[in-house]
Amino acid sequence: MTATVGYSSLVLALALAGWGIAAPLLGARTGRQAFFASARGAILGQFGFVTLASLALIYALVTTDFSLKYVALNTTRATPIYYRVTGLWGALEGSLLLWEWVLIIFSGLLAWIYRDRHPELMPWVLLIFSGVSAFFLAVMAFASDPFERVFPVPADGRGLNPLLEDANMLTHPPLLYTGFVGLTVPYAFAMAALISGKLDEAWILTTRRWTVAAWFFLTLGNLVGAWWSYHVLGWGGYWAWDPVENAAFMPWLPATAFLHSIQIQERRHMLKTWNLSLIILAFSLTIFGTFLTRSGILSSIHAFSSGPVGLLFLGFLAVVVLGSFGLLAWRADRLRGQPELDAVVSRESVFLLNNVVLVAALFTIFLGTVFPLLSEAVAGVTVSVGAPYFNRIVTPLFLALVFLMGVGPLIAWRKASLDHLRRNFLGPAALALAVRLSLFGWRLRDFWPLLAVTLSAFVALTIGFDTAKAVRARRAIAGGRLPAALATLVWRNQRRYGGFVVHLGVVLIVLGIAGSMGYSVGREAMLQVGQSLSIDRFHIRFEGLQASQQPTHRRVEGRFRVTNKGHEIGVLTPALKYFPTQPSPIGRAMFRSTLLEDLYLILSGFSEVDEGRATLKVLVRPLVAWIWVGGAVMTLGTLVALWPFRPRARQET
Amino acid sequence: MRILLAVGGPALALLGLFAYGLTRDPRAIPTPLIGKPATPFTLPLFDGRQLSLEELRGKVVFLNFWASWCPRCRAEARTLEAAWQKYQAQDVVFLGVNIQDREEAARAFLQEFGITYPNGRDTAGKIAIAYGVWGLPETFILDREGRITYKHIGALGWTTITTKLGEALQGIVSTEEGKGEYLQVR
Repeated sequence: MTATVGYSSLVLALALAGWGIAAPLLGARTGRQAFFASARGAILGQFGFVTLASLALIYALVTTDFSLKYVALNTTRATPIYYRVTGLWGALEGSLLLWEWVLIIFSGLLAWIYRDRHPELMPWVLLIFSGVSAFFLAVMAFASDPFERVFPVPADGRGLNPLLEDANMLTHPPLLYTGFVGLTVPYAFAMAALISGKLDEAWILTTRRWTVAAWFFLTLGNLVGAWWSYHVLGWGGYWAWDPVENAAFMPWLPATAFLHSIQIQERRHMLKTWNLSLIILAFSLTIFGTFLTRSGILSSIHAFSSGPVGLLFLGFLAVVVLGSFGLLAWRADRLRGQPELDAVVSRESVFLLNNVVLVAALFTIFLGTVFPLLSEAVAGVTVSVGAPYFNRIVTPLFLALVFLMGVGPLIAWRKASLDHLRRNFLGPAALALAVRLSLFGWRLRDFWPLLAVTLSAFVALTIGFDTAKAVRARRAIAGGRLPAALATLVWRNQRRYGGFVVHLGVVLIVLGIAGSMGYSVGREAMLQVGQSLSIDRFHIRFEGLQASQQPTHRRVEGRFRVTNKGHEIGVLTPALKYFPTQPSPIGRAMFRSTLLEDLYLILSGFSEVDEGRATLKVLVRPLVAWIWVGGAVMTLGTLVALWPFRPRARQET
Repeated sequence: MRILLAVGGPALALLGLFAYGLTRDPRAIPTPLIGKPATPFTLPLFDGRQLSLEELRGKVVFLNFWASWCPRCRAEARTLEAAWQKYQAQDVVFLGVNIQDREEAARAFLQEFGITYPNGRDTAGKIAIAYGVWGLPETFILDREGRITYKHIGALGWTTITTKLGEALQGIVSTEEGKGEYLQVR
C-alpha cells in the first residue's frame, strides 16, 4: 500500500514535471498567459505529490515496513525512531528523494512568492525547476526506486551503517542538501535571464538573498561534516580531502566568489558574463558532487552503491554544462559593452582578485580530486592524491584570501588614492606587524601559522578600526550612546556589518586550523592496567577495560584517568563498538575540549588474550574549538545580513 | 562562439574522462609483487605446529588468504580442497592463512568444508600487510624458488587454479593478476 502510494506519487509528479517543461514553451510560442499560470500549477502539484511520496517513505521507515527493500536495508526492529527517520537519506534511493523534496520545496516557495512578479523571468525559472525536478524524478521512477519491493518479506532489516548512527545524521545531510539545492535558485534565474534576454541586474537582485541563504547552508553543512568527522570517526581530524568532502566544498568556492562579484555587477554593471559563468559553475559542481557519490568512479568513505545511476547523472551533467554555456554563448552579444576597470588599486580589482584566488583554489581541488582517474586513464598508473598536495597548495591561496578580506571592505571603489590607503590601512597594518613581531619574540617562529595569525590580526583590526570610525561619525551626527549608535549602524548597513561578522568568523576558523594543523602532538602506546602515558602537560592513566552489550552492538570501553599537571580532570572512556554486520570494530574516540586545546583519546586496540592491556593513541590539538566558534560567528553574521529588520521597499527586491 | 569552444572543449574532455571512469573500479589496487621473491613468514598452524615459508622452498606454494565470514571464501573452499587432493603428489603445497577472524569461527569453517591442507592464523595481521592483502579471498602462487608468479583476488575457479599451478610448476611468471568477485577489507 505504502509502496504503491509512494511510487505512483513519484510517477504523477514526473508527469507534472513534464508539463512544467512544456507549458512555458507553449506559452512563449502562443503568447497565451494561461500556459504560464499552469506551469506554476505544475510546480505546486509536484510539491504535493513529492511530499506525499516522502511522507510515505518516512512512514514505511518508522513502521519498519520490511516489504520495501529500502526499509529492509536501512533499518532494523531495534533501530531507534530518530534513526529510522534519518534512514530517509541514509542510502542512495532515499537521498535522491530527499534532494527532490528539498528542490520542490524551494521551487514551490519561489513559485508562490513571486507569482505576481517578474513576469518575463518567472516562466523560465519554473521551467528550469521543472527540468531539474524531472531528472531526479525520472531517475527514481526508472533506475533507483525507493519504493522497490522485496519478496519474501524479511523478518528483520539489515540496519543503517553503524557509522551513521550519530546525532549529526540529523543535521549534516539535510543542511548540505539545502545548500546544494539552494544553488538551483540563482541558477534558474540566471538561465531565465539568458533565455528571456533580460540581462540587466534584476535576476541578481532578486536572487541575492536566496544565494546568501544557500551559501550559508552549504557553509554550515560542511562545518557540521567536519565536526562529525572530528568527534565520531576517531582519527582526530576534521578534514581529509576525501573526494566527497571535496565535492561538497567545491560548489562553495564559486558561490563565495559569486557573492562578492555580484556586488561589482550591482554597482558598476561589470562582469556580467563572469557572474553568469560562476553560477553555472556552482550549480554544475552540485550535480558533479551527486554524480561523484553515486557513480563509483572514485573511492571514498561516502560512496553510495553504483549502478545505472552514475551514467544518468553523467548525462544530466553534460546537458547542464553544455546547455548552460551554450545559452551563454548564444546571448554573448547582449552581454558586451561594459565599463572597464578604472584602476588597479580599487575595490573592483580586490574583488576580482578574490574571485581569481577562489577559482584557482577550485581548480586545484578539482584537479586533485579527479587526478587518480586521470592518471589511470592516461598512464595506466594508480595513484592517490592526499592531504599533503591539497594542504600545500590551498594554504597560501586561502591566506591570500584572508589578506583580501582585510583590504576589500575598506578600499575605495574605482580608484584608491595613496592618502586613502594610508588612512584606512596604516593603523591595522602597523598593529598587525607588531603582533607578528611579538609572537616571533614569544618563540612562535613557524612561517605559515605566524603568517596566518598576522593576517587574521590585520583583518580583525581593519574591521575594528572601520567600525570605530563609523560609530564615532554616527555619534557626532546623531548623538546617543555607543550601543545605540552601533545598533543603528548595523540596522542601516546590514550587508556590510553582516559581512564583517562573517569575515570575523572566517578569521576564527583560520586561527583554529592554523593552531591544530601546526602544533598538534600525538603519542601511541600499549598500556597495562595502572600504567600511564604522558603528553604535553597531561598524564593519562589506564584504569581498565569494560565490556557491555548495547541494543545494536557490543561495546568495549577503556577507562583513562586524565590529570593536568597533577590536577585531576576526569575520566575519559574511548571505546570500540562491535556491530554484528561489520567485520571490524568501529572506534568511538572521546575528547575533552577547551578553548585552548583538545585532548583526544583513541582506543586503538586491546589484547583479547591479556585482559589488562590496551593500545591508546592520544592527541593534543590546540585551538580546534575555535573552528566551531568561528562557524557560530559566521551563522550570526549571515543572520545579521539577511534578517528582515524592516520591510523592504518593493524596488529593492 | 568563443565561449562555447573555450568551455565546451575542456568540458567534453572531462565528461569523456568521467564516462571512462564509470568503467573502472577505483578500489582495485594492482600488486607490484608479481615476479618478486615472496616475503618469508612463520605461521602458527591450527594443529599447533609452526610452519615457516622457507621450509617449503623447492615446492610450489598455493597461498590463500581467507576469513570465515567472507562469502566468496566459502564459495571457493571446496574447489581449493579438491585441487589440493589432485596436486598433493606433485610437489605443490596448499597453505591457508586466516585473517581478521575469531578462532572458533575459523575452525568451524575448516570443519564445514573438510579442509585438509595446512591452515594457520595471522593474528597480528602482519603477513597480510606484507603481501598487501586488501580484499578477500586473495591467493598467491609461489614457484619453487619462492618467487610470486601469480596473484588472484576473488574466488578462484578450477580452470584458473590448474592453469596457474601448471605455469608455476614450470617456473613461468604470469603477466597479469587475476580478479574475481571479492570483499574489500582495507
